[in-house]
Amino acid sequence: MTMPPSPLTMPPSPSASPSAVHVTAAHDSALKHTTGEAIYIDDMPLPRGALHLALVTSAWAHARITGIDVGAALALPGVSAVITAKDIIGPNDIGAIVPGEVLLAEDLVEYVGHPIAAVCARDEDTARRAAALVTIEGAPLPPVLALDAAIGDKHYLLPPSVFLRGDPDPDLARAPHRLTGSVRVGGQDHFYLETQVALAIPGEDRDMLVHSGTQHPTEVQHLVARLLSLDMNAVTVEIRRMGGGFGGKESQATLVAGIAAVAARVTGHPCKLRLDRDTDMEVTGKRHGFLLSWDVGVDDEGRILAVDMTLAADCGWSIDLSPGVVSRALSHADNAYFYPHVRLTGLYCKTNRQSNTAFRGFGGPQGMMAAEAMVDHIARTLQLDPVETRRRNFYGPGRDITPYHQTVEHFRLPAMLETLLASADYATRRASVDAFNATNPTLRKGLALSPVKFGVSFNKPEMNQAGALVHVYTDGSVSLNHGGTEMGQGLFVKVAQVVAAVFGLDLDRIKPTATTTGKVPNTSPTAASSGTDLNGMAAKIAAETIRARMAEQAAALFEEPVEAIRFESNRVFAGNKSLSFPELAEACHGERISLSSTGFYRTPKIHFDRTTNTGRPFLYFAHGLAVSEVAIDTLTGEWKPLRVDILHDVGASLNPAVDKGQIEGGFIQGMGWLTMEELVWDKVGRLRTHAPSTYKIPTARDVPAVFTVELLADAPNEEATVFRSKAVGEPPLVLALSVWLALRDAVGSLAPAGWVPPLAAPATPEKILMACEEARRA
Amino acid sequence: MPTVSMTVNGKQVSGEVDARKLLVEFLRENLLLTGTHVGCDTSQCGACVVHVDGRSVKSCTMLAVMADGASVTTIEGMASGETMHPMQEAFREQHGLQCGFCTPGMVMSAVDLVAVNPDPSEAEIRHWLGGNICRCTGYHNIVEAVRDGAARMRALGKAAAE
Ligand code: FES
Ligand code: FES
Repeated sequence: MTMPPSPLTMPPSPSASPSAVHVTAAHDSALKHTTGEAIYIDDMPLPRGALHLALVTSAWAHARITGIDVGAALALPGVSAVITAKDIIGPNDIGAIVPGEVLLAEDLVEYVGHPIAAVCARDEDTARRAAALVTIEGAPLPPVLALDAAIGDKHYLLPPSVFLRGDPDPDLARAPHRLTGSVRVGGQDHFYLETQVALAIPGEDRDMLVHSGTQHPTEVQHLVARLLSLDMNAVTVEIRRMGGGFGGKESQATLVAGIAAVAARVTGHPCKLRLDRDTDMEVTGKRHGFLLSWDVGVDDEGRILAVDMTLAADCGWSIDLSPGVVSRALSHADNAYFYPHVRLTGLYCKTNRQSNTAFRGFGGPQGMMAAEAMVDHIARTLQLDPVETRRRNFYGPGRDITPYHQTVEHFRLPAMLETLLASADYATRRASVDAFNATNPTLRKGLALSPVKFGVSFNKPEMNQAGALVHVYTDGSVSLNHGGTEMGQGLFVKVAQVVAAVFGLDLDRIKPTATTTGKVPNTSPTAASSGTDLNGMAAKIAAETIRARMAEQAAALFEEPVEAIRFESNRVFAGNKSLSFPELAEACHGERISLSSTGFYRTPKIHFDRTTNTGRPFLYFAHGLAVSEVAIDTLTGEWKPLRVDILHDVGASLNPAVDKGQIEGGFIQGMGWLTMEELVWDKVGRLRTHAPSTYKIPTARDVPAVFTVELLADAPNEEATVFRSKAVGEPPLVLALSVWLALRDAVGSLAPAGWVPPLAAPATPEKILMACEEARRA
Repeated sequence: MPTVSMTVNGKQVSGEVDARKLLVEFLRENLLLTGTHVGCDTSQCGACVVHVDGRSVKSCTMLAVMADGASVTTIEGMASGETMHPMQEAFREQHGLQCGFCTPGMVMSAVDLVAVNPDPSEAEIRHWLGGNICRCTGYHNIVEAVRDGAARMRALGKAAAE
């Protein structure tokens, strides 16, 4: 037997060393971000001969292409090639769910901004100037430029989806009150601060290495292989970090990576495509706008008896991820409320606009908005207290089946509601807001509460799997890789914390490494808030596999039972003997014990039948509540958020600072969506808000002066998730509905009780002003 | 092509540049100082903020030739050796970042704020950062970081004066 490199030492008794999880730790790249050393794809040194790409896109919303003239572009010094659909070796198809979505348009363009060609040149400036010299001839076709027109013409990409439970029609007919209403919600540009980018580097054997700013490396790998007619093992996709993603780099990154890869294949040179901000906004898909309408039957107390809802999604020109988005919208159109009889219909409307895509919440926020708008409608019409109306409609014992037939378990909102009402001093503030409004003709205040119940797991069961790869080196340092991508959300630090906790090591012993399809294959996108749940679990399993092997070796060395071995404080203990972790790693290597392992995780319990839209798609629910107070100027429509109080359920938080950051950032992003970020297309279908000069992102000046975020205390997940934590990426965004409801509350104060403000989203100052004027006429 | 020379992070540099070349391109492409980011290309987002002769400037809005003879500081020039600038420390410790893409510009803007207003109020910080977009954090921790960084800078200034 190989002796350990140093004698067994007396333990510096394992002082209850804090575990690496459930504690705040800085983002893994925090230091590099503050010094500017962190490398994004645009910062990478370019290989010899690299070319820069610029896109040529459609000026028509809908047209038949009759000719492409690249002569003038090719004549410009410094231009190497102009890539069109003809240059694609394999099928010209990057459909994420349903095949049939072209990388580059062939004979048909379906939106203004539709990519047709890409110029490859020695620098970005030359490429852009040459792109302007490519002439496209085309014959315009009639476009569909509004969601209403698509709904009216049943201009659908797919047949409607229906969720049904019970029999809503009879109860709608005999309900004491029957209300019908609708509300419109706009889309949202992701505005990740780093625009879409890819660098494709051709290798030997026709291999292709793609550095892609993608949340879904496996999909980029799969589709690049398809475009280039290669096996997947010839394509490697790598990403260390993105400057934000928010869903916008889930399917849409394939477009950019695919064009770079085709160009690299054609020219034989490394090719880089970085979209400038305007091009990014004009070309890539956004959050789906929706028209949400309901027909609801309620009793005198505002209790919902039956619901018939239609959620009409503006999908844009192609299917992309819309089936998933609409499914998640439907599965969140109950939000926190029990519908005894319910029919929910989702429409996939086709318009000649950017193909809308994943965006933080993935349809869930729009579905929940339908529920909140409907409950607001009920409370206002019946003149009931809005909080009480919500409480009465909450899920509860005997009222716990969702429209997709999953039983709601471990529902935390009723108890959380009491906590937040007390901590936010809701009752007193309600009275003072009402008193303020009674005496102020010009300024009005609004106060509103909204809950969130968010289902965690991908709606599609087969996506709920993840892999990881962990190596322990003989110096005791650990290399960590998994299929999740880092876009700022803190995934890498959280998973590193999990691995550090398994080995009893300090966090700085664990090195998270770039996500690459070469290390962990066949991964799901980092999306659906599932990054930590899935990858954290896979990494935990990998680390536990190695730890078990190391524990056996330690047991042999210590002559103690393996059950007695503990990994703590960078050491390994049994009774009063101990070794340092590096000493044990070295000893294992000496005994020819593998210090590397993969880990694989699949979410238990979930299933979903897509033909009936029933099952248990979600392992568990994350919960949250917000109370928001706003003030509006009824003469200008300008407004300010005054105070926001949030109580949010993240289970047993792996990293409270990271989780709070997700809540704060998600909430403000949601507030931007619902109040300031307005996408405007003109009469011919051109997006006129394609830069931050015209598209208003919240700035530091726009956020609430008082912003209190509390994590629900002592609330480990009842389900066996990674260290009993809960997902946090998307749910908090939806808490911003409380701001929108508070704006409606403020506008409503101008009109007699019982009036429902016609305030849609985004509730921009213009819309608020118009609603105020209607209120005064009411 | 015109020649420009300037001091960048304390070093004398010069180069031939196209007259149309932006300062941010000169920094990133010629000098490989990629900590200065490009978020919007059009003077809106603040990811590209650097200091020119001590004042914050959006480097996508200035031609390289306009910085001829100037002294430029980028995020890479803020630390002295291994010692980080107090504002950098504050951003790290207050979790004033997520994806980090806005961070260099935020730090550069914040340092300029403290230069003109050593003890800014929360409202003043929020106002000053109006030209720096962050899509990730919701600004809460950024404002905390600037406040903390300002306090650290004041303490350091006092220590230096004593
Ligand atoms: S890149 Fe200069 S302000 Fe956005
Ligand atoms: S941290 Fe991502 S933009 Fe600010």
